[in-house]
Amino acid sequence: MRFFVFLWDFVVGDDWRAALGVAIAIGAAAALVAGGVNAWWLIPIGIAIVLYISLRRETTRAS
Amino acid sequence: MTAVFLVASAFLASAVEFVEALTIVLAAGLTRGWRSSLTGLGAATVVLAAIVAALGPTLKLIPIDALRLVVGALLLAFGLQWLRKAILRASGYKALHDEDAIFAREAEEARAAGRDVRAGLDWYGFTLAFKGVLLEGLEVAFIVITFGSTQGSLGLAALGAGIALVLVATVGVLVRAPLARVPENTMKFAVGVMLTTFGIFWATEGVGADWPGDDASLPFVLVFVVLVAFGAVTLLRRRRVAFA
Repeated sequence: MRFFVFLWDFVVGDDWRAALGVAIAIGAAAALVAGGVNAWWLIPIGIAIVLYISLRRETTRAS
Repeated sequence: MTAVFLVASAFLASAVEFVEALTIVLAAGLTRGWRSSLTGLGAATVVLAAIVAALGPTLKLIPIDALRLVVGALLLAFGLQWLRKAILRASGYKALHDEDAIFAREAEEARAAGRDVRAGLDWYGFTLAFKGVLLEGLEVAFIVITFGSTQGSLGLAALGAGIALVLVATVGVLVRAPLARVPENTMKFAVGVMLTTFGIFWATEGVGADWPGDDASLPFVLVFVVLVAFGAVTLLRRRRVAFA
């Protein structure tokens, strides 16, 4: 159990929403590629949006 | 170009972690005795070497696209943590990482702890050094294994980490003090950028998309991540001033 807590903290950290956002961006890119679209642009844009939301949430809480 | 990024990323990430591990080993050594501290350091190094030796060859058995997808996803989740914290530090929303302060706190706790001798070792000093080196080292092992196996160059990634280890250990032995002058916050920012860049690059390849220009697009991904990160720092600094 302690190992999984450590693993969660190691990979996901203190913002699980950001990790979920990463998973959604990758899943959406995989779906588009499966549909025949070369969606190389999706993950970079998705990550920028995830980062923006995560930072906004953190700084709003801090302010 | 990819090889240079690979060695530089492994070097920077490892150097940051080794500086943190050195602070803990120094705190344990100076307060609880060098024998226990260095034994803890040695034991953790053996465990880390075993992990790398076991996982490195195992990852080579996984098909490269699946490996890039998994590693890309892990690096993105992991790298975004680094980048997020680095942006918050650079914009003043989070306290800067201070090795002197961490050393003082660790040393104070180590002095206050009771004496418990096991196997001829001061157990607090041993476990403090062992846990510190193991936890910091695991991040290095994770980066070296994932970078190396995904790019098919475990040796290059290990080279970057090895140079960092020798450099930090040499300076640590010479100065016998926390390496507070190392620009650790800047290095953490760079590591966050590089982990995120490689994460984006490999996750995209892993889902089966093709980068325009293949590997030549990696520097453009890097520039994109740098612009996003600096843009975020600028916006957050302005926001902080506006709220002050």
